[in-house]
Formats: sequence, C-alpha cells, structure tokens
Amino acid sequence: MTELLKSIWKYRKFIINSIQRDIVSRFSRSSVGGLWMILHPLVQVSMYAIVLSAVLGAKLETISSDYSYAIYITSGIVAWSLFSGIINSCVSLFIKNANLMKKMVFPKIALPIITLGVNLVNFFFLLIAVVIIFLLLKHFPGPNIFWIIPVTIVLITLALSLGLIAGILNVFVRDVSVVMPIVLQLGFWFTPIIYPVSILPDRFKFWLNFNPMFPVVEAFHDVLAYRNSPDLLSLLSVFIFSLILLFIGFFLFKKASPEMVDVL
Amino acid sequence: MSLLEVANVGKAFCTYKTEWHRMANWFVEQTPMTQKWVLRHISFSIKPGEAIGIVGENGAGKSTLLKIITGTLRATEGTVNVKGRISAILELGMGFNPERSGRNNARHTASLMGFNNKVIEQIMPDIEEFAEIGEYFNQPVRTYSSGMKMRVAFAVATALRPDILIVDEALSVGDSYFQHKSFQRIRKFRELGTTLLIVSHDRAAIQRLCDRAILLEKGQVIKDEKPEVVLDFYNALIAEKEKATVQTKTLGDNRVQTSSGTGEAKVVSTKLINQKGNEIEIANVGEDAILIVRARIYVDIPTLVLGYMIKGRLGQELYGTNTWYTEQALHDLKANQQIEYRIHFPMNFGPGSYSVSLALTGSETHIDVNYEWKDLALVFDVVNNDKTKFSGCVWNEPIIEITELTDN
Repeated sequence: MTELLKSIWKYRKFIINSIQRDIVSRFSRSSVGGLWMILHPLVQVSMYAIVLSAVLGAKLETISSDYSYAIYITSGIVAWSLFSGIINSCVSLFIKNANLMKKMVFPKIALPIITLGVNLVNFFFLLIAVVIIFLLLKHFPGPNIFWIIPVTIVLITLALSLGLIAGILNVFVRDVSVVMPIVLQLGFWFTPIIYPVSILPDRFKFWLNFNPMFPVVEAFHDVLAYRNSPDLLSLLSVFIFSLILLFIGFFLFKKASPEMVDVL
Repeated sequence: MSLLEVANVGKAFCTYKTEWHRMANWFVEQTPMTQKWVLRHISFSIKPGEAIGIVGENGAGKSTLLKIITGTLRATEGTVNVKGRISAILELGMGFNPERSGRNNARHTASLMGFNNKVIEQIMPDIEEFAEIGEYFNQPVRTYSSGMKMRVAFAVATALRPDILIVDEALSVGDSYFQHKSFQRIRKFRELGTTLLIVSHDRAAIQRLCDRAILLEKGQVIKDEKPEVVLDFYNALIAEKEKATVQTKTLGDNRVQTSSGTGEAKVVSTKLINQKGNEIEIANVGEDAILIVRARIYVDIPTLVLGYMIKGRLGQELYGTNTWYTEQALHDLKANQQIEYRIHFPMNFGPGSYSVSLALTGSETHIDVNYEWKDLALVFDVVNNDKTKFSGCVWNEPIIEITELTDN
C-alpha cells in the first residue's frame, strides 16, 4: 500500500500533466475554449430547472422557493453525474490505455487517479454553474455549503472503488462495459433523485438501505437544497463501506495487474 | 558485476475455460486449458558497456523478451535482475497528443518516464536542441511530419543517459542526417558505460554496434556469441527454411517461377567462401572471395554456359558475366555429370546487402536455351571493417594528392 502511494507521488507530475492535457485538448480547437466547461453543465442544469418547475410546475413543500423542485433535482443530479462519470470512465480505462500499458513502464494506478482528477475538475465547474443558478433563483447557499467537501470525498471513494473493480473485470470480461450503463440507469431510478424519498411506498423504502448512493445523494440534498448539515452517521457508514470496497479494489488490482497486459 | 541478469526466464500465455476461471486463478489455483510458452529457459547476463543484439525471426519472442526486461510484461517463471535505470525505445512517439505542442508532449513523455519537474526543466533545452525542428517545437504535433515526430520522441527517450538502453527496431529514425546523429548519441552513451540491447533485422547495424549477439528461435536462446558467428548461423537457418519452401513450390503448379528453365542442367548448391576456405555471409570491403556453384546435368546436352549477376539491395545490376564471354563454355556433357565452378573475385563493393542471380544456359543469352535461371541464389553483405570510410556501392580507393598553392 505504501509502495502504491510512493509510486503515485513519484509520478505526480505525470498525473497532473495528464489531467491538464485531457481538459485542454477537449477544448483547444473550439472557439470559446474553456467556456464550454461552464456552459455545458449550465445548460444541463437550467434545463432541469425550467422544464420541471416552470413547465411542470412541480413544487416541494420542504423548500420555500418557487423553484423548489428544480433545486431539489439539481442537487441530486450533481451528485449522480459525478458518481456515474467516474464509474463510466473507469470501466473502459485500462482498455483505452492498453497501448501505453504495453509499451511504457509506469504505475498503472496512475490511470484511475488521472480519471478521478478529470472528473473532479468537471464536477467543480458543474458545482459553480449550479451555485450560479441557485443565486439566480434566489436560493442563497449558507455556510453549510462547505459540507460539500466531506460529502464529495465519500462519493468519490465509493465511485472510485466501484469503478476500479468494474474496470479490472472489464479487461477480462468485456461484457462489463455493456452491462454497466444499464446498472447505472437502474441505480439512477432506484435513488431518490428526481423524486423525493417521501413519496416512496414503505415496502420500497426498506430496500433503499441497501443502496450506498442513497445516503450520499440525501447528503447532497441536505447541503445544497435544504442548506443543512448532512446526516453524518449514515454518511460514515457509507464511507466505511466504500473504504472496504476500495481495499478490495486495490487487492484485486494487485492480483490482476501482472496478467492485465497479457490479455489486453 | 553484471548490470542485467536474466535467469531462466519463461513466459507463457494461458487460456482458461472462461475468463472467470482466469480471475479465480488469482485466489485459488486453476489449471489453464492451454498454455503456450513463447519464451522458455532464457538466461544471460550483460556487463556495463556491453552492446547486445537480439536477432531472430518474427515471432521468435524478441519483443516479448524486451518487454519483460523493461517491465511492461511479467515473466511467468525465472527472474530478471536489473541494476540501474532502463530507457526503452519500444515505440517512438507513444502517447503523443496531436493537439499539443512538441514541447508539451516532450514534457509529458518525460513525466511518464518518471522524471520530476526539476529534471524535466533541465533536459528540455537539450531535447529541443537535439531534435532540431526549429519553430515547430512550439507547434501542435499534428502539423509535424512523421520524421519530425520521431526526432522529438528520440530526443526525449535519450535525453538522460540510461544505464540500459533498449532499442526495438527504431534505429532507422528519420533522415540519414538524424540517423547518423542518433547513432552517434548511442555510441557516446556506450563509451560512458551504457549497456545496449538492440533488436534489429538490420545486420549491418548489429555488426556495427554490438559486440555480442543472441539468437532466439522459438522462444529459446540457441546462440549467444560474437555477432558474425550468430548472424551467419541465423542466415543459414533462414536459408534452410527458404529451401524448404522452395521445394514445396516446385511440387505445385508454380514450376515456372522457381526454375524458369527446361531443367536439363540445374544448380545444386551455391556458396561464398573466403580465402581461408570458410563459408561466409559477410565479407569485408576488398576481401577476395570465391563463389562456388555446383551444377548437375540431368540430360545429355551439347553446351553449358554459367552466367552470374551480382545485384544491389534494390536489384540494380552491378556486375555480371558468363562462361561464354570468358570462353569457358563446356561441350558434350553427359547425364549425371557434376560440375563445380569457382569464381574468384574481390569484394570491391560498398557496405550493403547484395544478391547473386545464376543462369545455366546453352549460349551467351538465356533466351534461346535456358536450362535454369535462379534469382537470389545467394545473398551476402559487405561491411567496411578496415578501409577508409566511403559511400556508394563500388570500392574504388583513390590516392588524393593535395598541394597548397601560393599566389605569387
């Protein structure tokens, strides 16, 4: 484990460089360049806001705003987009970098970390866009917004561990990359993101306890939509679960890495 | 003390019933369905400053061996012990992003090689200078020619002197100017103690740079000796195989191509020997050599003429004659007679690869009575070991007189 961290530190320059390249190369030949990084999520979020509140007129009693439903949905979507973003890019990670892994010697663990970095940068811009929208809707965030940092840490631990395991399996059994979008789609609807948990019938609520994303998304709701502090106990249990999963992921990675290049 | 110690290395690629069995194998041992050894019992060691060439046919396991030494592939059995830093040029321009500048890509590749910021900034000026692509260094790589890309990639890969430099078929980088420059850099590294490990099909390159060669055949080391010895052995091995394919061809309907002739007389063997009588594949410039051709008569024929043509690498005809012109035509030959021709000539050729075409005919041309015509009957290389450096395909040593003239 310490060896792993050491090699990450040694290749920090490569990791930072790669994240930079990924982001810059996406926009380097477009005319407005980096502006797309904000515009894209901005459009996405405002779409939800307009369609769901202004057009459908949906409202939640728990938030005192005309746009309460939009605010609620947006908070959940932010969390889910980071979660699915990390998993999606992790699944095909090793396959996409097959050539590099075959020809160059470098710690392979750098690859998921680069992906994580890229997704976090995207997330950061999405978050800025969301805050701008909230301000426009006169939903002003308070000091509780800083809870977003520990909540995000829990989220990325969970996403990275799941993504790492899926990515390793996908090297050997390529079906994983086909199944994963379906699983994520199911997960999206099985997590209270576009509906509040209160409308769920009791017999379904029980099953939510087995959804690790449920407490995380609820925490995002608490922090962004309700401007409260999150439920720390449930968050902590998810975090411990994620750490165990991450440990399994690293263990699997260690076992798999000698054979990975053979199969790629 | 050895810099690199390869001990009993083997590499097997396994297939399992399903991929799930493969994964289960990490925890509980599973028996693979098939196990294909691409390398087995490979052992050798390399001392600092040594240069080793690895030769072998495609699929002999050369690249797999290099990958195991570099560390991208893990050996199934045995150990590789490396002391010092390895720099491997397995594929130049790996991971270059076409949208970014050469400078940015050079930095990125250097960071991929594990250098920290300080070192990278230190070597950047040197990389820029060595690549010599001028203003292009700050332009996106997509605007580069492939040669320019190679220049930058080579400059990065060799920016810092490694303890072991591994080169896989990448020596013919760019134009001849840059080729020369990169050879010079490699040679300088060697003088400073870098060990070289080269995979190449270019015999001349291996002979020029290496002081030892290893021949791999079907995943095993079958020769580990001086380059000349190994290369000759390798060529003989190939020749043997080629003969086998020729034979199968003659049986088929391809008769015309293999022996474009009527077959009354045929060449049975061709070889090149030096003054000492040893068979050679490589000759020194100016060395006296003898081309020995044995022919066999199958049907009684009135006249027999042997003609030969020495051709350059690109097939250009350099010199040829026949026994009609030399007034040595043979007459009234009987079936089953064997004839040996010994053609003495000096190797007045430039360094390079040459081939010999042979023809057995009934007159001075092979058109009217053509018993057998054989292209590529023999292939040999000429290297310049001790003559003054020159270029071109003819050795024509001059005496140059120089006088300083003073204007009065």
